[in-house]
Amino acid sequence: MSTQTSAEQATEKPIPPRKLALDFRQYGILAALVAIIVLFQVLTGGRLLMPGNVNNLIQQNSYVLILAIGMVMVIIAGHIDLSVGSVVAMVGAVAALAINDWHLPWWLAVLVALLAGALVGAWQGFWVAYVEIPAFIVTLAGMLLFRGLTLIFLHGGTIGGLPSEFVAIGAGWLPSWLGTVGKTDVLTIVLGVIACVALAVLQVGARSGRRALDLPVEGAASFWGKIAVAVVAILAVCWQLANYSGTPIILIILAVLIVAYSFLLNRSVFGRHVYAMGGNLFAAVMSGVKTRRVNFALFVNIGMLAALAGVVSTSRAGSAVASAGQNYELDAIAAVFIGGAAVQGGVGTVTGAVIGGLVMGVLNMGLSILSVDAAWQMAIKGLVLLLAVAFDLTNKRRGGR
Amino acid sequence: MTDTDPILRMRNITKAFSGVRALDDVSIEVARGEVHAICGENGAGKSTLMKVLSGVYPHGAYSGTIELNGTEATFADINSSEAAGIVIIHQELALNPLQSIAENIFLGNERSKRGVINWDRTAIEAGALLAKVGLDENPATKIYEIGVGKQQLVEIAKAMAKDVSLLILDEPTAALNDEDSNHLLDLISGMRDHGITCILISHKLREIRRIADRVTVLRDGKTIETIDMSSPDASEARIIKAMVGRELNNLFPPHEPRIGREMFRVEDWTVHHPVDTSRVVVDHAGFTVHAGEIVGFAGLMGAGRTELAMSLFGRLWGTGISGRVFKDGLEIRTATVDEAVSHGIAYVTEDRKRYGLNLIGSVAANISAVALARFARWGIIDRNREYLTAEDYRRNMNIKTPTVSEVVGKLSGGNQQKVVLSKWLVSGPDVLILDEPTRGIDVGAKYEIYGLINQLAAQGKAVVMISSELPELLGMCDRIYTISEGAVTGDVPRSEATPESLMYLMTMGKEALR
Repeated sequence: MSTQTSAEQATEKPIPPRKLALDFRQYGILAALVAIIVLFQVLTGGRLLMPGNVNNLIQQNSYVLILAIGMVMVIIAGHIDLSVGSVVAMVGAVAALAINDWHLPWWLAVLVALLAGALVGAWQGFWVAYVEIPAFIVTLAGMLLFRGLTLIFLHGGTIGGLPSEFVAIGAGWLPSWLGTVGKTDVLTIVLGVIACVALAVLQVGARSGRRALDLPVEGAASFWGKIAVAVVAILAVCWQLANYSGTPIILIILAVLIVAYSFLLNRSVFGRHVYAMGGNLFAAVMSGVKTRRVNFALFVNIGMLAALAGVVSTSRAGSAVASAGQNYELDAIAAVFIGGAAVQGGVGTVTGAVIGGLVMGVLNMGLSILSVDAAWQMAIKGLVLLLAVAFDLTNKRRGGR
Repeated sequence: MTDTDPILRMRNITKAFSGVRALDDVSIEVARGEVHAICGENGAGKSTLMKVLSGVYPHGAYSGTIELNGTEATFADINSSEAAGIVIIHQELALNPLQSIAENIFLGNERSKRGVINWDRTAIEAGALLAKVGLDENPATKIYEIGVGKQQLVEIAKAMAKDVSLLILDEPTAALNDEDSNHLLDLISGMRDHGITCILISHKLREIRRIADRVTVLRDGKTIETIDMSSPDASEARIIKAMVGRELNNLFPPHEPRIGREMFRVEDWTVHHPVDTSRVVVDHAGFTVHAGEIVGFAGLMGAGRTELAMSLFGRLWGTGISGRVFKDGLEIRTATVDEAVSHGIAYVTEDRKRYGLNLIGSVAANISAVALARFARWGIIDRNREYLTAEDYRRNMNIKTPTVSEVVGKLSGGNQQKVVLSKWLVSGPDVLILDEPTRGIDVGAKYEIYGLINQLAAQGKAVVMISSELPELLGMCDRIYTISEGAVTGDVPRSEATPESLMYLMTMGKEALR
C-alpha cells in the first residue's frame, strides 16, 4: 500500500530541475563525525586533534577500517560475517609461525598470511554460495573454528620477537626521504598535496565529461565547496602527521584500499551485481547475475581483508596472541551500520563504512583521553550504534512518505 | 436511522502530500447492503481514499468528514476503524503461510480466556466461517498448502470474524484465475445477506459490470461521477471514458501482422515439479513462433504457462527437464539465464516486484541490469553511457519519472512495467516471452504497453504473450495456443478464435486430446 501512495505522488510530482541533489543520508553521517570531533576537541581541551593523537587514531583503527571495507560489501549483498575477529587471530598466528618457525622472510610471511585468508574465505564462500547455508550460520561456525585453530597453532601461548620490517606495517612510518623543515616532514605534506590535486583533477574531469554529454551536473557552488572542504581536511590531517612522525605506512595501505574498493563498488560490473543481489536477489538471478560466483568472491575477498587486518594488528602488537581480534567483527559490523548500510542489504558505501569506523575510533579516543572507564566506553558505544541506526531509519521513513 | 440511510458518507475529503493533492474534495456515498465499486487509473486516489476511511491516515491528517451510520467518525488508527466494523482486504494478502487457516482467521482476535486460547472454540467457529465463505478445507490446514484463491476466501472469513459491516476489497481477483474469481465474485454479491456492505476496488470492468450496484469513478484525486449500474445508459465504455477522460473506442491498438520465417521452436518440452518430482507440470509441450508474430498462451491458473516459460528460460523452474529448443532452425541450449540471453531470448516476469526489479535501485541501474556488459569495458561500467541509454528508453517508452536516477519503487505499476520491458529490450532480444505484461496496471498504461508490443512485432521480433485475460489475447495475438494441465491442447489462429472456443480448449483435459 505504501508503494501505491508514493506511486500516486510520483505521477503527480512536478519534475524538478535537472540538477543532482545532495545526498543527505551520506552527508548526515559525515556531519555526525564532525560533530563528535568538535565535541571531544572541546571536552578534551584541544588534546583530541594533537599530532600524536591524529596519528594514533589512524594506526589504532586501521584494522576496523580494513574489516569494515570487506564487511560493507558482504552486508550490501545481504549476508554478514561473524568470523573476521577469529580470522584476524588465526592469520596473525600463521604469519608469526611463518616467520619464527618456518624462517620465511617477512614479506613472504605476509603473502602466506593473505593466502591463508583467501583459503578461509574460499571455505566459507563454498558453504554460503554453493551449499546455500545462511552466512550467519557459516561464519558463526567459522568464528569458533578459527579461534580454535588459533589456540592449536599457538599452543595456548604467544609468538613474539617479530622483525622490525614486519612491525613497521602497522606501527611504522615512511622514512623522511625529502627531509624535514623544522620538525615538519616534507614528504607527508607533498603526499597530501598530490592527493588533493588528484582529487580535484578527477572530479573536474568527471564533471566536464558529464557536461559534454549534456548530462545533469551538480551546481558549481556545492561542487567546488565540497572539493574545498576535502582539500582543507586532507591538508590539515597531513600537517598534523608531518609534525609527529610522518606518514604512517598503514595510511597508504588504507588510502589505496578505500579508493580501490569505492571504485569497485561504484563503477564495476561486480559492484553493481553486489547491489543488485542485495536489492532483489530473485530479480538479479533472473537478469543473469551469477549469484554463486559473486557470493563466493565476496567471502574470499573479506577473508583476504581479514588476513590483512590480522597482519596489521599482529604487527602493531609485535606478537601473535590467541586472544587477538576479539570482538573485531562487532566493531566492523557497527561501523558499517553507523555508516548508513541497510540491514536488509542493497544499501551501503565504502566511504560510509570508513566514516562509521572513524566515528567509533574518535569516540574511543576521546573517551580514553577523558579517562572514562572502559565499562562506560563500551556502554556508550552501544548506545551510539543504536541511535545512529534509529536516526537513519526514521530519516528514511520520513523520506519515504 | 432507517435501512435506506447510507451506511457511509464521505464528504469533501482532501488529502495532500507535500503540497500535491492526492485527494481533492472527494465525496462518496455508499448505500447499505450494496456492492459499491470504485475505479480509476493508478494514481487516481483510490488507495489514498481507502486509507483515509480505514484510519491509516488518522482524523486530522485530512480535511472533510466521514459519516458512518449517520454519525461522524474520527478514526485515530486502523484499530478504531475495525472496531467500527470497517475491514480492508489488501491486494497483497496478509496471512502467515506457516500457520493454520483457523489461526490466521483469529489472528489478533483470538478466541481466548485470560490469554489462553480455546482451541475447540477456535476450530468450531473457523469451520462455521469457512462454510459461510464456501471454502471446503480443514481449519487446521496450513495457509501455504492452499492456493491464492482459497487464501483470498480465508481473508474474507477473517474479516467476518471481526463482525465487519463494511468490507473493502482492493483488487481481490488480481491474482486469481477465472474459476476462483467467479466464486469470489458470487460470494461478494451474496454479502448483503450477511448484512455486509462491500466496497470493491477493481480495474476489471467485466467484474464491476457483473456484481456492482453502483460505481464511483475517481480521476486525478477527484470524484468524476457515480454511475448506477442498473440504469440503461451504464456501460463499460462510459466507465472507461470517466476513468481516462477520453473515449477509448479501441482497447487494442491496430496491428498489421507481417509474419516472417520461423524463429523459435520448442519440441517435446517436459518439466517436473521441483519438490514433488514425480508430478509432470509441463507435458510434452511444443510450439513455434515466427518473426513478427505475436503468439498468445491461454490457460487457467495452474495450467503450467509460467512454468513452461521459466523452465525454458535458464531452467529457473522445475527439475527433470527434457525437450529440444530451436532458434532460427538450430538447436540451442538454454540451461542458464546467460545462455538464454546470449541466444536472444528474453523473459519478462509476471511478478515484477518480486522477480523483475530491484525496487531500491535507480531506473537507470534497473534498465542496464541484463545487458550490463554492454556498458562496461574490462568490468568497469561507463555510467554516462548507461545514463544516456536509460534516458533514451525513458523517452521512447514514455516512462513517467523525474529522472532516471529516481528509485524504481517510487514509480507507478505501469511505469515499473515499462522499466522491466526496457531492461530486456536493452539486451536486444529476438524472442520475447511476456508473462502477464499488463497485470495490475491501469487502462491507459495498458494501451501503451500494447502499442509497444505491436512495435516490437513490427520490428520482426517473435513475441510470446502469456495472459489470463482472454480479451487481451484475442485483441493482440495473431495465433493463440491453449494449455491445459501442462499440455498444449490447441493452436488457434486469431480469425477462428472466440472466447468460447478457447475456454473449451483450456478446460479440456489432455486425455481428451489423445
